[in-house]
Amino acid sequence: MSNTASQDILTEVRERLSAKVTQWDQISGRRVYIRIEKGDLLEVARYLFFEKGARFCTASGVDMRDAMEIVYHFSFDGIGCVLSMKVQIAKPALEVESLAQLFRAAEWVEREIHELLGITFLHHPNLKHLLLDDDWPEGDYPLRRYPNE
Amino acid sequence: MSKKIIPVGPYHPLQEEPEFFQLHVDGERVVDIDIIIGYNHRGIEKLCEMRTFDQVVFVVERICGICSISHPSASVNCIEDCARVTAPLRAQYIRMIIAELERIHSHMLWLGLAGHFIGYNTVFMWAWKYREIVLDIFERITGNRQSYAMFKPGGIRRDIKKEEVPKIINELGELERSLEMFRGAVLDDPVLHARLKGVGILTREDVITFSAVGPTARASGVAIDVRKDDPYFAYDKVDFDMIVTENGDVFDKVIVRVLEMFESVRIIKQGLTGMPDGPYDTPLKDMPPGEGVGRAEAPRGEVYHYLRSDGSNTPARYKVRAPSFMNVATNAVSAVGQSIADATLTLAAVDPCYCCTERMQAVDYKTRKKVYNWSDLVRLSQEKTQQLKKKF
Repeated sequence: MSNTASQDILTEVRERLSAKVTQWDQISGRRVYIRIEKGDLLEVARYLFFEKGARFCTASGVDMRDAMEIVYHFSFDGIGCVLSMKVQIAKPALEVESLAQLFRAAEWVEREIHELLGITFLHHPNLKHLLLDDDWPEGDYPLRRYPNE
Repeated sequence: MSKKIIPVGPYHPLQEEPEFFQLHVDGERVVDIDIIIGYNHRGIEKLCEMRTFDQVVFVVERICGICSISHPSASVNCIEDCARVTAPLRAQYIRMIIAELERIHSHMLWLGLAGHFIGYNTVFMWAWKYREIVLDIFERITGNRQSYAMFKPGGIRRDIKKEEVPKIINELGELERSLEMFRGAVLDDPVLHARLKGVGILTREDVITFSAVGPTARASGVAIDVRKDDPYFAYDKVDFDMIVTENGDVFDKVIVRVLEMFESVRIIKQGLTGMPDGPYDTPLKDMPPGEGVGRAEAPRGEVYHYLRSDGSNTPARYKVRAPSFMNVATNAVSAVGQSIADATLTLAAVDPCYCCTERMQAVDYKTRKKVYNWSDLVRLSQEKTQQLKKKF
């Protein structure tokens, strides 16, 4: 698809989400990084997935010492663009709404983040261990960079 | 009615990989399924945080034992995206040629296994025989039949010599003849039609809600392919078709993979003849703080890597998402409602790769404590070395 058509779609998304997005970094027509508040997560994800037809690639949790950051990656396959949406969750109450309420692709991704980083996804249909054994010690999260803070 | 479970696993008798499917059955019919994975988790993401960017590519090459170049493809794209550098055009062409050769041998491997699953062992023998042609090419141009170590951030490690080109094109001709035979065998064989058509249907809506990728999505009419959508390497400089079918059953998944191999041959031929002269490596200097995304269309679908750099020589966070992670989950809908015999076939039809899906740690189940920590493992390793030294 041409660059203009790609830019048109991104401009439309940006205008529609202007009230929600606190930071919009467009590196190129193929890479966009945005930041939103935790409370707006479900609404923005619903818009991207259902209205704009973006595919949910994956999400990755990052331990930022005083907070956890989840980066949700959406792909606009028609224009070859990846939009990465960041949400910060302050420690110690690591809770956020589950995207598995909207689409099933998030189920396994959130189970993985839950056990490896210790973030609880509210209203997830089945938040049990995915990769680690059920006998894994509670409160031990292997992917945390600052496990004692 | 009491719950009846048929366990398939934890070591799959046919796929010979560690996964556990619990089929909840009502007579012959599968009514629900529990998918249990994690037997193969190696902590690759954590390992990457302790390696330099050059080493990360080697680590991720060891995620998959079948399509070993898929993760390095996404990895070099990701690291170059973060560093804002582009590899020279010749390197991009050679990367594309390697990736497409990989697709052919991976699809051949799956096709052979698919034949084996349905008791059609002739297909298994043939597919694996003709797959050797590709592995021989790999051995000549990269030095290895598997885990080629060809890719590095900023370029490739070895050039393809001019005198190799006609040889490879000649061998591709031989490969095409065997592919023609498979196409005929699949399309004309009434036994395959009877066994595979209408089995394990994955609808377009299910593909979207599970965000499935690769041939699993394309066989259900969802036209996505990173090579077309977000072209990397030299895919925007060659002409090829995306194979999409509509039915979503196991038969269509076979068709998509068989036809894709012909497209791969087309791409490789164009790549070999269109490849420009010039350098094939640019040294990568500093890695700025920031982030990068790398994608690649592996034989099983989109591989997705995400990197966050704090400006040091190791990643602050390295996320790997393999295609099977998205595709295996679709079994929760496609295998349910079928007979047990069909369900086991459906589970294999996404071409699952568990090495990829899970990237060990031993726990004592009574005390719920870890059996070994890092220093224990180092100590065990040193003790073993001492024992061996005494012995020899």
